[in-house]
Amino acid sequence: MVDLSVDISGLKLKNPIMPASGTFSEDLAEVFDLDRLGAHVTKTITRGWRDGNPTPRVCEVNGSMLNSIGIPSKGVGAFIEKVVPFYAHYETPLVVSISGNTADEFATLCSEVSVPGVAAIEVNISCPNIEEDGKAFAIRPSSTHDVMRKLRAATDLPLWAKLTPNTGETSEVARAAEEGGADALVVANTILSMAIDINTRRPKLGNLMGGLSGPSLKPIALRMAYQCARATKIPVIGCGGISTVEDVIEYLIAGASAVQVGTATFIHPTIMLSLIDGLEDWLSNQGLSSVKDLIGSVIDGEQDESVVFMEAAP
Amino acid sequence: MDDVPSIKAFELPLSVKSNEPVNGEYRLLVLAAPHDILKRCRAGQFFHLLCPQAGGETPYLRRPMSIYGFYPEKGELHFLYKVTGAGTRALATLSLGDRLNVLGPLGEPFTIADDWQDLVLVARGVGLATLAPLALEANRLGRRLTAICSARHPDYLMSTDYFESLGADVITLTDAEGTSDLDNLEKVIEGLIAAGRADAFYTCGSNRMLRLLQTIGERHGIPGQIALEQQMACGIGMCHCCVRPFTRGNRQVHLRVCREGPVFDMMEAIAW
Ligand SMILES: Cc1cc2nc3c(=O)[nH]c(=O)nc-3n(C[C@H](O)[C@H](O)[C@H](O)COP(=O)(O)OP(=O)(O)OC[C@H]3O[C@@H](n4cnc5c(N)ncnc54)[C@H](O)[C@@H]3O)c2cc1C
Ligand SMILES: Cc1cc2nc3c(=O)[nH]c(=O)nc-3n(C[C@H](O)[C@H](O)[C@H](O)COP(=O)(O)O)c2cc1C
Ligand code: FES
Repeated sequence: MVDLSVDISGLKLKNPIMPASGTFSEDLAEVFDLDRLGAHVTKTITRGWRDGNPTPRVCEVNGSMLNSIGIPSKGVGAFIEKVVPFYAHYETPLVVSISGNTADEFATLCSEVSVPGVAAIEVNISCPNIEEDGKAFAIRPSSTHDVMRKLRAATDLPLWAKLTPNTGETSEVARAAEEGGADALVVANTILSMAIDINTRRPKLGNLMGGLSGPSLKPIALRMAYQCARATKIPVIGCGGISTVEDVIEYLIAGASAVQVGTATFIHPTIMLSLIDGLEDWLSNQGLSSVKDLIGSVIDGEQDESVVFMEAAP
Repeated sequence: MDDVPSIKAFELPLSVKSNEPVNGEYRLLVLAAPHDILKRCRAGQFFHLLCPQAGGETPYLRRPMSIYGFYPEKGELHFLYKVTGAGTRALATLSLGDRLNVLGPLGEPFTIADDWQDLVLVARGVGLATLAPLALEANRLGRRLTAICSARHPDYLMSTDYFESLGADVITLTDAEGTSDLDNLEKVIEGLIAAGRADAFYTCGSNRMLRLLQTIGERHGIPGQIALEQQMACGIGMCHCCVRPFTRGNRQVHLRVCREGPVFDMMEAIAW
């Protein structure tokens, strides 16, 4: 038996596969048993009610997708009343994703969702920060640090900071989140992108711009996961473009302790189950007894002649 | 609080029995499907199809298609589709024995209230695909049915024989014959109402027909249901990309076409 369990700063997960925020909901329970997953991660919620962006909200681009869903939200009250009790049916830990327009609003929401039944809070700091002229908190180390400190003071639950690829300062932002009190980093959210219909000359999304997700995002998010794992001591949860077992393994080798699967669930709703089974098979075929042996095993220092390029020899 | 939800939709590969053109615009895809999936299907529901890669095109997201027919006794699931873009072009390349990954059945079906004895179906083009299984259900329940089928040209009228075989009165209207305009449609429907043949309306797709049916429905207090379309990504309620606005009471709400629909109360739908 291969041990698939991982530890995210004290939170024990039975396997390292979980959904990405916004690409998962209670509805998936009608397709498979949600207790197979390592964790449940909800769509980002806000304090008040929000409608989300105009339609069309998604389009596809070369084997990936763009979305501008926005964050439609029924508000924190409805969430605690309806959604939290639903997940109480399962043993799998519940991770609640939250977002706020200002650091104070964010912190208030953080304490409001710190209720029994919630195992960790994922903070989506990739959304526009009203006080910073609409720039996402996680674009800059300073705003990341400030908001994380306020969030840290607002809850005793584990805090996962979800970073954005729309920054040029990945390692600095990661360190700022760690210093601000994050217990883990989720790397990463979508990349700001655009697509235009050449016949109508109109942007394909109602909101004009949106986030790129799916296979095209993977090399970028993987690079970020690697950078964040090297820059900090807290666990990294890889996210971006995962659709095969090989993708999962790559993230783990790069230093991620677990992964989130997003868009791939839209293509194959049961994909997370195949990834769990596939990971177990792969580890067992490799003679590894624990997934932990794989985490951060990337060989990125001096070349070790004994392992590298053996297969390439003629 | 309910118990843990039961499994209702399935992701699985089905093999193609046939995939033939019906006329210049539409094709009929017949898949071999297991009995326990077919017995869950209801009129108005849809499947989310993972279109193959074909001719250098790589449709990425799934494509929603209404169930055109489901026959547990024959083990068949039917889709009637119009080739419009990359996904449906790829569907058109499927042939006998090929496999197609489907997800479903999904969405809320049509309902037929106990006191709706005389049903009126109003459909145009590929909308017939969505309404056809409703005719079967109406027939099973012993309701009287009038199907008003509209198309650009008489050659593009589909399913009229099918509706007739289920005992429906079929009225055809075409652009080519100059009978499909809204004024004429209104006259036809008012005629049915006068004859006591309209307890409820069923329609899908067209904005103009929705407005007309809402007006007539309001005038005579006749209820109805509409199957709506919206672009989809997940098809099961997770992504919120398929929302449309509806009127509930005096409020406007956004509902997911894949989850709260695709069948909605005709009076609540907002024309676009
Ligand atoms: C519930 C439902 C049932 C449907 N039933 C049928 C049916 O029985 N027969 C049929 O021919 N068509 C049906 N459609 C429409 C069908 O899904 C689209 O024609 C198809 O997705 C177009 O894909 P494409 O790749 O060929 O075209 P493209 O133009 O390349 O499609 C690009 C994108 O737009 C989406 N899209 C385009 N048009 C529509 C549309 N009208 N509705 C929803 N999404 C769209 C596609 O899913 C895709 O993501 C239905 C749509 C819905 C929502
Ligand atoms: C339709 C859609 C909605 C999303 N909504 C959210 C959200 O509410 N909060 C969030 O933090 N990320 C959201 N994301 C981003 C995903 O969680 C994930 O970071 C991203 O899609 C990259 O992973 P993937 O390539 O596996 O999809 C959304 C993504 C998609 C496609
Ligand atoms: S298509 Fe995802 S919620 Fe409807």
